[in-house]
Amino acid sequence: MKMFLNLFKSPSFLIGISLFLLTICLALFFPFFYHIDVRTMSAPMMPPSREHWLGTNHMGFDMVSLLVRGLRSSLYVGFLAGIIATTVGTLLGVYAGFKGGWQDEVITLLTNIFVVIPQFVVLILISSSMKEGRSLTLIAVIIALTSWTWSARAVRAQSSSLKSRDHIALAHVNGNGTLRIVLYQILPYLFSYVFMVFIIQTASGIISESCISMIGLGPYDSVSLGTILNDAMRNEALSDGAWWAFMPATVLISMIVFAFYVINTSMEGVFNPRLRK
Amino acid sequence: MFKNHPTLRYILTRGSWYFLTFLVAVTINFFLPRLGPSNPVDIILAKAGGVSDNATRQKEESYLKEFGLAEVDKAGNVLRDQKDAPIRTSAVKQFGNYIFMSLKGDLGTSFMSYPKKVTEIIKNAVPWTIALQLPAILLAWIVGNVLGALAAYRRGIFDKVFFPLALGANSIPFFAFGMLLVYLFGIYWHVFPAVGGYDSGLIPTFSWGFFASVLYHYTLPFLSIFLIFTGGQAIGMRSMCIYELGTDYVKYAKWLGISEGKVLFYMFRNAMLPQLTGLALSLGVMIGGALITEMIFSYPGIGMAVLSAIQSNDYPLIQGCTLLITVSVLIANFSVDILIGFLDPRVKAGRGAR
Repeated sequence: MKMFLNLFKSPSFLIGISLFLLTICLALFFPFFYHIDVRTMSAPMMPPSREHWLGTNHMGFDMVSLLVRGLRSSLYVGFLAGIIATTVGTLLGVYAGFKGGWQDEVITLLTNIFVVIPQFVVLILISSSMKEGRSLTLIAVIIALTSWTWSARAVRAQSSSLKSRDHIALAHVNGNGTLRIVLYQILPYLFSYVFMVFIIQTASGIISESCISMIGLGPYDSVSLGTILNDAMRNEALSDGAWWAFMPATVLISMIVFAFYVINTSMEGVFNPRLRK
Repeated sequence: MFKNHPTLRYILTRGSWYFLTFLVAVTINFFLPRLGPSNPVDIILAKAGGVSDNATRQKEESYLKEFGLAEVDKAGNVLRDQKDAPIRTSAVKQFGNYIFMSLKGDLGTSFMSYPKKVTEIIKNAVPWTIALQLPAILLAWIVGNVLGALAAYRRGIFDKVFFPLALGANSIPFFAFGMLLVYLFGIYWHVFPAVGGYDSGLIPTFSWGFFASVLYHYTLPFLSIFLIFTGGQAIGMRSMCIYELGTDYVKYAKWLGISEGKVLFYMFRNAMLPQLTGLALSLGVMIGGALITEMIFSYPGIGMAVLSAIQSNDYPLIQGCTLLITVSVLIANFSVDILIGFLDPRVKAGRGAR
């Protein structure tokens, strides 16, 4: 627990966590200060004004409202994808690393194959085959399905190095089953590591969502930061110089991802004594 | 076998690994787009306006034949069952045909620009993508590693400025950075062209004018890929080198009084191998990201081809591009692996690298 307290002494961790909390506050509490309305249309592509703080998009919808909605969807997809990918990856990785034998072979085979096949390609293939019914949840599941192999690979390497420790042997002697040993003897050791994996998976889930939405394979029924970018690109917002149509969304995405990466690096610095000065 | 040639044995094992991965990739590439309910022929017919007269029927037959979706008799007529619906070729047989045709270099016909072959479209796009991505990725890898090693070795003010910068560059998504560059340099300041691979008034020829225009358009997309990769590579190399700096051999070498340059060289060489492995693992992500950069800049490469194919439901073109991307990533990975085979002393000693 002391390790986690050490985190709060690291300035980069504080920067990261406050940036992250800022985005969460924007998504949750901003509607209390600003009238969120994604139904009323005004003049299209209006620059920022008193009524529309960040102007309107090509259809005349208020950008701030779209951004708040989009931020919520992107965070939702990112966290859901991160949770699924990390859970599946960790369980399979720990199991493979601890169990060894043919189970290990099969899981390693799978992860080795899917680490090399570009995730972007698989995402395009799955999403383009599902023309209808691409909801946010489905997109999160698809992203998780294509990224759990990363966490499995990373966790497997860690847990197989724990296998030969004395306390594991002791647990074996005491007659504990595999599941019990994994849950009580291995996972606690991996907790900080798994948490770092989860942060990276969530960040890359947010990036994946915006990439896939940006090329036109996003959710059909909701606004996400990626679909805002897709609309902006398709309606020539870039060449018209309508910065308010794409810049805030890119800034938001970069901000979340930057926050996650900074948190991750600072945790690495605290948990890995070699990196400490 | 190959007991006396550990490097060769390593390359052969890696090679068979990649062959297996290739098979899985091809299978995925074929079956994933067929998960959905949509049938490509219906899509084109719907686009053409679906009145069920004789002309439509003929058109449907020619499409079904063209895309290998229906059973055909020896004379080349589409076979029909009692209800007059064409007999569909089974998925397994289609898969066989697909592999057979792909091996011949025929990736089918594009929907979007109908009589045009997918291979032809790809052939026009590939040189642009290679010319953009290969130098950007290689240069970024070299520059990033050198900077990362320096940051680790010098620490101090250089590291204090450089590390947050690299971290920032690494966490900006490709498309965000690309859009920023397009907006600032292309639209706002008009320093560089915002879109395209060359001036739209020019016809591609081997002339100085055309070459200059290409270079001029090349700058922004190149920079946007290069800068972000450099950041990522530098961060990896920095922490690798910090680790190496704490090892006994570096301390011993310093204690012996070996020159700084030499110690740096040893350290660099040892930190390099994991960085090479890291490069192999992240190539897929890099190439995917660089493709999105192409889309932002409307660069006439594979990225743009994928984007327009997705926008017009051009399944054969999507599949052709994804297959090409996957195969190139696999080849690039394999090349890095072979390089590791020659550089890693552990491979030479016959103990495997991973």
